[in-house]
Amino acid sequence: MSQFSSSERYIVSEELGKAVDVAIAIGRPLLIKGEPGTGKTLLAVDLARQLGKPLIRWQVKSTTKAVEGLYQYDTVKRLHDSRFGDGDVGDIAKYIELGPLGRGFAHDEQAVVLIDEIDKADLEFPNDLLHELDAMSFSIPETGAVIDAKRRPIVVITSNNEKELPDAFLRRCVFHWISFPERELMAQIVAVHHPEVETQLLASALEAFYRLRRIDGLRKPPSTSELIDWIAALRHADIDPAKLLGAGLPFLGVLLKKEQDLSLAERGGARGGRH
Amino acid sequence: MTAAAAIGSGRGIPLFLDFFYKLRARGLKVSAHNWLALLDAIARGLHGSTLDGFYTVARCILVNDEGDYDGFDLAFAETFRGVVADLEHMVSQLDEWLRDPKQLMHLDPAMLEQLEQIGLEELRRQLLERLAEQKERHEGGNRWVGTGGTSPFGQGGMHPSGVRMGGRGGGRSALAVADARRFRELRKDLVIDTRQMGMALRRLRRLERKGGLEELDIDGTVDETARNCGDLEIVMRPPRKNDVRMLLLLDVGGSMDPHAELVSRLFSAAHQHGGFKELESYYFHNCVYSRVYEDAAFTKPVTIDSLLRRTDSNWYLVLVGDAWMHPGELMMTSSSFWSLEAAPSGLRCLAKLADHFPKSAWINPEPPRLWEAPTISEIRRLFEMVPLTLDGLGDLVENMRTPPRPVRRSQIAKILRDRE
Repeated sequence: MSQFSSSERYIVSEELGKAVDVAIAIGRPLLIKGEPGTGKTLLAVDLARQLGKPLIRWQVKSTTKAVEGLYQYDTVKRLHDSRFGDGDVGDIAKYIELGPLGRGFAHDEQAVVLIDEIDKADLEFPNDLLHELDAMSFSIPETGAVIDAKRRPIVVITSNNEKELPDAFLRRCVFHWISFPERELMAQIVAVHHPEVETQLLASALEAFYRLRRIDGLRKPPSTSELIDWIAALRHADIDPAKLLGAGLPFLGVLLKKEQDLSLAERGGARGGRH
Repeated sequence: MTAAAAIGSGRGIPLFLDFFYKLRARGLKVSAHNWLALLDAIARGLHGSTLDGFYTVARCILVNDEGDYDGFDLAFAETFRGVVADLEHMVSQLDEWLRDPKQLMHLDPAMLEQLEQIGLEELRRQLLERLAEQKERHEGGNRWVGTGGTSPFGQGGMHPSGVRMGGRGGGRSALAVADARRFRELRKDLVIDTRQMGMALRRLRRLERKGGLEELDIDGTVDETARNCGDLEIVMRPPRKNDVRMLLLLDVGGSMDPHAELVSRLFSAAHQHGGFKELESYYFHNCVYSRVYEDAAFTKPVTIDSLLRRTDSNWYLVLVGDAWMHPGELMMTSSSFWSLEAAPSGLRCLAKLADHFPKSAWINPEPPRLWEAPTISEIRRLFEMVPLTLDGLGDLVENMRTPPRPVRRSQIAKILRDRE
C-alpha cells in the first residue's frame, strides 16, 4: 500500500499522511482545511509529485459553477463560426472542452485533481458535484457523450472555511484539519525551504515567531508562509539572531499585515522587553 | 432504547457501537455512510493494527469539521479508557452484531432510519464480503477482521497496559493524544472573532436580480439567437445582488459594559462582511422604549414609529442585549417622566417590533444558563434568543429564515391587545 509521508520538499504530520492514505484506499475525496498558509495546496502538488501522477488543478472562484469543472460548451465560438463560415458547425463535440475534473476522469492514468478553495464558490456548488464525485462519471447532454473515469482520480479539496459546506458533501469526504505546526515540525518545514539556515538564527526566529503568535487579540496571526518569508528577509539583511529576542523585531511587516496587529505587537513587545 | 439500558438487559453492546453512541451523544453527526467507510478502511488494514492508527483513521472518516475534533477526542477517551483489554473483541463483536440483525433494535431511531435506507441485508452482505475478502488476502496475517481469536488490533503487539504505543518510535499513544484535547479552541460553541462572525452573517444573504441591465445573459442570448434563426439577439440582465436589509439594535452601557468588546466585533462584522443591501444600527439602553438612538451617547433620538414606517416586514431585525433588567423596567412606560400617559411600556415596544418584523432574533452575550431570569424569559417569548457564539449565530440564521412559531405569534398579539 502506498504511504504518503514527508518529502524533501514538503513536511506532513503523521496524521495527515494517514488521512491521505485512507482517502486513496477507500476512494473518497480528501477535504483539507486549516489556517491560511499551512500548506493545503502544496499537499496536492507534493502528493502528485511523490506518486508520479499528473496534477490537474481547478482554482475555484466566487463565480465558478460546478459544470465548468466537467466541461464547457463554447456556444459563442460556434455561433461565430456559423455566422462567419469557419469550419463545420454541425459537430458540437468540436466546441466541447473538458474542465479540470472532466480531464481528470478522461485521463488514461490516474490523476490527482486539486479543487482549490471550494468555499469561494456559491453555497450550492459542492452539492452540484455530489453525483459526479460519487459515480466518477458524467454525461454531456449536448452531444450525448458519457465521460467515465478510466482510473478513479485522487481528489484533493481545500477549504478556507469561508462558507460552511453542505452535510451531504461532507459525509462523502475524508477530512483533515491541518493544525498549526508545533515548533519541532515548524523547524523541519523551515529547513525544507531554507536548507542552509544557521541554527542560531532559526532558533531565535522561531522563538520570536511563537511569542508573536501568543499575543492575545491578533486579527491575523502570522502563518507558516509568512515565517518563511521573514526568515528569508532576516538572512538577506544578515540580522544578528540576538536582536530577535528583545523588543522591536525587524521586518515586522512581513509577519503582520494588519495595522492594529502591528501596533498591538509593538506594545506587547515593549512589555515583554521589560522582563 | 439507550446503550445503558441495552447493557442492563444483558445483551451487551459492542465497544465499537458504544463508541458511536458516545460520538453521537457529543453531537457529532456520524452517519451510516461514515460508518461503512470506516469498516471498509479497517477491513483494508489501514489502521495498521494499532489503536493509534484506529484513532487517526476513525477521526478522518467520522469527523468532518474541525469543531468536532474535541468532541471526538472526548468520546474516544471515554470509550477506550479502562476497557482497552476488550479491544480484541471489538471487531469480532461487530461481526457478531451484524450477523444478528435483531440487535439493531438497540439503535436509536435516527441511525436506524439511515441504515434502513441502505438496507440491512445489503449492509450485512457488504461487510461479510469484505470479511471474506480479507481472510483470503491476508491469510496467515493478523490484520483481517474476524472471529476466531485474530484481532485487527495488533495481536501480540499490544502494550502491557493494553495500548500499543505509536507506530514509529516516540509517538504518543492514542489515548494520550485524545486526552490532550489539542482541538479545544476549535469548538464552535465558544466565542468568536470578527471574521468568523461575518462569515456566519453572510449566510443570511439572499441573492436577487434587481436594478439596471448590466450583465450579458449568455444562456438567454443563445436561446433568443436560436429563436431568431441565428441572427444575434443580445439579452442583458441585472446582476445578482444581496437583497437583505438588516436593522441592528444594540444595548449599550450598564450591565452590557463587560460585553462591549464582543458586541463591537459583531457590529464591525455586520458592517464589513455582512454584505447587506442596507444595514441600519441604533442604540438603546436596557430596554427599547418608544425611541432608539443613532449614537451610543444617546443624543440623536429616532422614534420607533418612524423607524417602523421606513422599514417593512422584509427587513431582518436583530437585537443585541443581555435582556437583564429589573422587571419594572420592562413594564415601565418610558424613560421620560412627562410622556407617561402616551408612551407604551418596554414590553409593548418589543412586541410591536416583533410583530412588525417576522424575521427577527435576539442575540444575548450572556451564557444560556442565565436565561431563566424573569425578564429574559419574558423577552424570549417574543424573540428567538441565541448566544453570541458561532453556533448561536448559525442558529440565528436558521431561525430568521423560518417564519415565527404560532405560539410566539399569539404571545405577541396578546401583548399588543392588552390595554395598558
